[in-house]
Order: sequence, then C-alpha cells, then structure tokens
Amino acid sequence: MPMLDLNEAGTAGNGAVAADDRDEQFEREDTAAVGAGLDALELHVTRRRPAWRRFLTGFYPPLIALVVLLGFWQLAYAAKWKPEYVLPSPAEVWTTFQGLIADGTALTVIWTSLSRGLIGFAASIVLGTVLGLAIFRFGWLRASVGPLLTGLQSLPSVSWVPMAVLWFGLSNGAIYAVVLLGAVPSIANGLISGMDQVPPLLARVGRTLGLRSMGLMREVLLPASLPGYLAGLRQGWAFSWRSLMAAELIATSSKLGLGLGQLMDRGRSLEDAPTMYTALILIFIVGIGIELVFFRPVERAILSARGLVPAAR
Amino acid sequence: MTLLTADPRVFDRDFDPAFRFHDDDPRVVPLAPEPAEAALPGVLIDRVTKVFSGPGGPVAALDNVSLSVAPGEFVCLLGASGCGKSTLLNLIAGLDQPTAGTVQASGRPALMFQEAALFPWLTAGANISLALKLAGVPRRDRATKVDELLDLVRLGGTASRRVHELSGGQRQRVALARALAQRGQVLLMDEPFAALDAITRDVLHDELTRVWKRTGNSVVFVTHNVREAVRLGQRVVLLSSRPGRVVGEWRVDIKGPRTIEHPEVSALAAQITLRLREEIASHAHA
Repeated sequence: MPMLDLNEAGTAGNGAVAADDRDEQFEREDTAAVGAGLDALELHVTRRRPAWRRFLTGFYPPLIALVVLLGFWQLAYAAKWKPEYVLPSPAEVWTTFQGLIADGTALTVIWTSLSRGLIGFAASIVLGTVLGLAIFRFGWLRASVGPLLTGLQSLPSVSWVPMAVLWFGLSNGAIYAVVLLGAVPSIANGLISGMDQVPPLLARVGRTLGLRSMGLMREVLLPASLPGYLAGLRQGWAFSWRSLMAAELIATSSKLGLGLGQLMDRGRSLEDAPTMYTALILIFIVGIGIELVFFRPVERAILSARGLVPAAR
Repeated sequence: MTLLTADPRVFDRDFDPAFRFHDDDPRVVPLAPEPAEAALPGVLIDRVTKVFSGPGGPVAALDNVSLSVAPGEFVCLLGASGCGKSTLLNLIAGLDQPTAGTVQASGRPALMFQEAALFPWLTAGANISLALKLAGVPRRDRATKVDELLDLVRLGGTASRRVHELSGGQRQRVALARALAQRGQVLLMDEPFAALDAITRDVLHDELTRVWKRTGNSVVFVTHNVREAVRLGQRVVLLSSRPGRVVGEWRVDIKGPRTIEHPEVSALAAQITLRLREEIASHAHA
C-alpha cells in the first residue's frame, strides 16, 4: 500500500487528492474502533487485596513494635532501673488494668472523658466550620482574625486551663472551654486551607455551569475542600483530646466526676503507679480507637473516591 | 467521491446505510454558511476591547476585535501566546465584561478547557447530571438525559465510573457531554485536546465533528495547532498577539473527508502557518 506523501501536500492536484483519500480510507480503521481500543488500553484495572490480607499486613507490624516495647519495659523493671513505686512491672499494671475493666470502672471513666470529648468536639465542629466559612468569605475577617487563629493553633491549649478555671470555676464549662479553644482553630484553618487549595479551574467551571456564590460554595467549594477539611477535623480531634486530658489532670474536683485524667491524678496522689500507667494506656487506646474506627475509614473513603489513594493498598 | 462508498470497509458499523457516506462521515466538515447580515448570530463580538491593569500600567488584551459566528457554525481561533484568546472566551462566556464594545451570545455558552475539569468527587454521570440540574432539567428526566449524552459521546454505560477511572480522552468526552448538558447553543473550547496524545486527538477530532453535526451548536474552538484548526473549522480566524486583533480569516473549502494529514488540510495549514509566523516574528523587535 503506497504511503501518503506529505511532501506532495502543497502541490497535489485534485486527482491526486482523490487518490490519496481512497488510500487513506483503506489505511484507517474506523474512528469508533480506534477510540474503543484506546479506551481499553488506558483502562486502569485496580483490584483491592482481600480484607483479611489488608488487616493482617496492617496488624502485625504495630503488634511486633508493641511486643518489643513491652520487652524493654520488662528489662528495665528487671534491671531495677527505677524503684518499683515509680516503674511497676508490666504484669502488675496488667492486673490493675484487668481489675478496672472487670469491675466496670474503666468503662465509666472512659465514657466520662469520651462523652466530654465528643460533646466538645461536636461544638468545635459547628463553631470552627462557621468561623472558617466566614473567614473564607469575608476578606476583612481573614485579614483581622486569620493571623490570630493561626497563633491560637500553635498555642498549647493547656495554657488555657488556669484561665478557664478562673472564668468557669471547677466545672464542665471550664473543660469544654479548653477543648473548644484547642479544636476550633484547627478545624477552621483546615477548612480555610482546604478551600484555598481548590483549583481555580473548578470554580470557573462551576461559574460556567451557572453557579453563583452560595451555590458555588455548596456544589463546588465545599465538596472540593473536603480532604483539607477532614485533615483539620482530625487535627482538631487530636487537639481536643489532648486539651481534655490536660484539663482533667489539672481541674480535679469531686463535682466533676471521674474522667481518665482525674483517674491518673488520683493514682498520682495515692502513689498508685499501676493506676497511673493504666490510665495512660486507656487514654492511648481511646485515641487510637477513634482514629481507627472513625477518621481512617472516612479518609480512605473520601480519598479513594477521588483517586487520591492507590486503591490496591 | 462515489468511489469511496463502493468500499464496504469505509462504513462505520454504527451508521445507517440509508445515509449517504458523506453526510455521516465524522471527517466531513460541511462548508461554512455564507455570511448573512440578517440572521441572528450564535455569537456576535462587536469592536470589543479589553484592558487589564497590569503592574506596569494598563495592558490591552484585546483591541477592537469583531467576530460573528453563525448559528451552527464551527469557527477556530488561532493565535500565539498572548493573543487574548482565553480572555475572548471568558467574555463570550459572560465570566468577564469588555472594556469597550459588545458581546452577544445566544443562550448561556458552555466552556471546555485543556483539562477536563470534571468534579472528582462525582461520578461521570453525576457530573453531567449537575449540569442538567443547573440547566433546569427536572430530576425525573435527568437519568435518561445523562444516558443519552453519554451515548452521544460513545461512553454509554460509564455513568457510574469515577473520574480517575477514565482515560484522558474519555474525560474530555465526559466534559463534552457535560458542556452539551448545559443546553446552550454555543460551545466554547479552549485548547481542549492540547494535552492528549496524537492518536487520541485524531479520534476526538472525528468525535467532535460527529457530535457537532448532530447537535448543531455554534462552536468557537481556540487552538495553537494550525492543522487542528483546519481539520475542524469551517472558518479559521487568526489573532495577533499583544494586543489581540483579528489579522486573518480563512474559509476552509475542503469538501471531502478531512484528516490531520490530509493534503488539502496541510496545504491550507501551511499557508496559515506562514501568516502566523510573520505575525510572531513581528514581535521580535517590538
């Protein structure tokens, strides 16, 4: 089959063009077939590994790390690195831990703290989101409040505890105030940076489709900023949980009920080291639990829906 | 050209054999309509000037540009960097206002970009459905319309796919379907195929011509690629750079099937390229 000579292109007469046309028809497959071939070649086939495989590969490494850590603890205990009332043996802590679980104290204490944390966090989400939206929407608010908010974010929320106790007394109000001051800036800043990072092209498309301010916010800006918002929520939760523990450690009163922080403080005042360690472990477990039960799956769902996470993982 | 119809291989199997080959060949572009003063144009740009305030004083992006696109006409805008073609499209789309002059377009124009710019949190179908919703299509009709539009761009059955599960060419086809879902009469395209590989681009040229002939939209297609302009357009308009002015206009009188390497396409493209090079070279001493 003769090749199409491009050098002839400019000079080709009508007769030559017709002949070339015909050759071209023979050489070209039809558009639909080529298009379908391209699509088939470019199709990204991704297959997730079965759930149990993912669970095992995610489960073993931290377990090994934990066992190694326990080994070091046991070694330090056996070597009498610190006196026993400072560093109890893992076995002793385990007994206390089991005791607290068995008589239901652990659950009540966790629930006291967790319910405070969740209520404070829920309030922080509402406040942080409203604040974030307002700062994003109004330039003067961003110029004035924006830097303050960033400053607040880097301020350790423990430092609010004395003030909060001063304002609200030894009450749940003081604890909630500290939690809010810890979480609201993270959530607001997460939302703002999420919305700032929305590609301008997407907003332009939204406007071409006929969206204006509120519609654009609802249909484009908010969904597009979801990953940033979620990162803010996650950090916000970490900050509320930390500030909550700090507040509970400092603001201890019989009026307040027994939370994890207060449990630890009680252990300290009674020189009951195993209880202190148990409280620490419980705080740790709750922190990891919330991450694994809530944030990890939600993040995975959001990111993988947008192709931002390799689905094969 | 009767010779071509005699060969069964040239028939697309989707085509109705009752149609003559020429009408349905996605490579055949009907010739430009004769200029008619009375008819209501799809797009009318009348002595438009657009000045932006830059750091070193005002910068004219467009200077006294006039252009008329008939209903159903396919016009390609060619120009080097800085010819203000994106500015012009923004003006037609109503996203920006001209400094002087008037811009008219029938209906709300749809805009396509180099990137498909689909919303990644929605499925392909939901992207189109959102455009339908904003165009005022009632909820109960949307699902059917989405399927129709996806079929039109040969992506039937992909409504539930996520954007990242589509190839680059498929994304642009979904973007085309979304643009058509706006049900405007004018389709504005800003170098929509520039980021695609050559074969995919050829396929999409055929697809675009086919879809355009079926829907009858006015199209303003901006490109850097002269051959692409000649392959697709009924008319090719050349803009100068800094500021953008109309410096040349060609009717593409190629009756047979066009491909990017077609001799007549090449010949006209060579002629236009020459003019474009002159225009670019004139900036060397400016």
